[in-house]
Amino acid sequence: MSGFFTSRLFFVSLALVVVAATLPLYVSGYVLGLLTVAFYFGVFAMAWDLLFGFAGEVNFGPTFLIGVGAYTAGILNNQFGWSVYLCIVLGALASVIAGLVLALPALRVRGPYFGLTTLVAVLMLQNFIVVFADLTGGEIGLTIPDVITIEAGANYWIALGFMTISAAILYGLSQSPIGLVLQASGQDPVQAGALGFNIVKHKLAAFIVSAFFSGLSGALLVFYFGTASVGTVVDVAVGVNVIVSAVLGGRRTVLGAALGAIFLIVAGEFLRPTGELATFIVSAVALLVVLFFPGGFLGAALSREARS
Amino acid sequence: MRAFQILIDGFAISALYALGATGFTLIFGVSGVLNLSHGAIMVAAAVAAWAAASILHVDTYFGALIGVAVAVVTAFATYFAVVKPIQDSRRIPNEEKEIFVLTGTLLWGIMIQELIAYFFTNNAKTVLPIVEGVVDILGVRTPRNEIFTAVVCCLVIALLWLLVNRTRTGKAVLAASMNPRGVTLLGLELTNIYIVVWAIYGVLAGIAGVLLGMFLGVSSYSVGPLTASAFSIVVLGGLGSVSGSLIAAFVVGYLETITAYLVSPAYRTIPALLLLVVVMYIRPQGLLGRR
Repeated sequence: MSGFFTSRLFFVSLALVVVAATLPLYVSGYVLGLLTVAFYFGVFAMAWDLLFGFAGEVNFGPTFLIGVGAYTAGILNNQFGWSVYLCIVLGALASVIAGLVLALPALRVRGPYFGLTTLVAVLMLQNFIVVFADLTGGEIGLTIPDVITIEAGANYWIALGFMTISAAILYGLSQSPIGLVLQASGQDPVQAGALGFNIVKHKLAAFIVSAFFSGLSGALLVFYFGTASVGTVVDVAVGVNVIVSAVLGGRRTVLGAALGAIFLIVAGEFLRPTGELATFIVSAVALLVVLFFPGGFLGAALSREARS
Repeated sequence: MRAFQILIDGFAISALYALGATGFTLIFGVSGVLNLSHGAIMVAAAVAAWAAASILHVDTYFGALIGVAVAVVTAFATYFAVVKPIQDSRRIPNEEKEIFVLTGTLLWGIMIQELIAYFFTNNAKTVLPIVEGVVDILGVRTPRNEIFTAVVCCLVIALLWLLVNRTRTGKAVLAASMNPRGVTLLGLELTNIYIVVWAIYGVLAGIAGVLLGMFLGVSSYSVGPLTASAFSIVVLGGLGSVSGSLIAAFVVGYLETITAYLVSPAYRTIPALLLLVVVMYIRPQGLLGRR
């Protein structure tokens, strides 16, 4: 851990955050809005990477956790008019509870079955949102009366600050002894268990942390958008983007996941002039990265540094 | 009357589900690959058959053949361009190949879906049926096409059973699913077996896709739901167990039909999902799966 503060990665990340913090001074509100969403997405991807890259659990349903956090916060605000901050905290808590409900049985099964349970959870959530349309706004989406602020710069700084703090906590956790145990149990559960570590307890902890940050980020995103809809926070396609971000940026790096998410969202916007082909191009680039640079952006950069 | 209706409609849809899921589970059973571009391949077949019949004005039989051929080509492309490079890669650790195959095939499926949407729009397409008209079965007016779908599905599944259990190639495929290393030691080339399996898979997905296009119609939006339903049927039945998938396909098909007729078409998929959750909690390996 102490090595990190003198490493190049630390200085590069610090420089990037400092540069990013000055952006509202000279770029348009449009760019800020885009990056705000990208930063919240970055937290989704980092939270997912903690679970996959370290605990070795393939969570196909990141949007289950995100969606529960987002919709809980949104519904509480919509129905009872509670304060935005209270709703955000409660959203994150609901996501943790949902994570526990999902994790307890799901962690008994391994590999594809775990992935499947999480995928089914997303489909269930999606169906329930549509069925209980009175409460959730159904397919049209939920209108949220309050927002944190309407000022683009302030929203941007909140998102950047939130992503930076989350990155610091998640990265710190991944490099801590707990992270090492997680990594060991992800790669060889039997041996890690034989060394006396309680694997289930560690994985459960990883799940809770992942759920907390996913839910928190989902709730913040909802109060930024002013609406919650299946298409933005629950749909399987959103989850796919989260997974692609993490793999693209470099799994098992945490920070790379955020890079991947920002790349994915900014690239999607740059390709907008290509119209319907934008998604095709982004998927094709992602596939090429998966095939030829399986370590992802940060993985490739770090291994080059290690070699030289 | 209504009971017969459910019985007949449910049978056709279940048979179609069974055919769609069989190829999916076969690939998993033999090579451990969960192919998430499954829905895209089915839709590609249906759209090709539609384009052949509606734009090029070829005969419906020939159009259907073109659809199946497109599915086989797409299946091979999936194997050679996505799955095999990942399996052969030395930079991806073995225990992570599964997630890479999943991510890779998923992206590949999205690419196919977007190409279809780009060239043929998002609109729903219905392939011209091979047989037309309506017959009366026990007082239920049934389109001949529905009967045709059910019969073809059952025939193809029966042929697959014969192929796997009664021919030399089929036995090699079966052996590869049980013990890949043992097969290699007997002097069979594993890659050749995989090529055969992907060819069979392409044919199955192609026929299922074309029939689906005739029976219900498809659009590029069907890609995700098709993959998801094949996935849940296969899990319900037990990953890799073909007979399990067949049973699961009928359970899901009838559950959906009963819900659609007796409750509301809007809730059609919910009971099947609930059942899936219950099965995952109680018996995670599925109905007939092995751990």
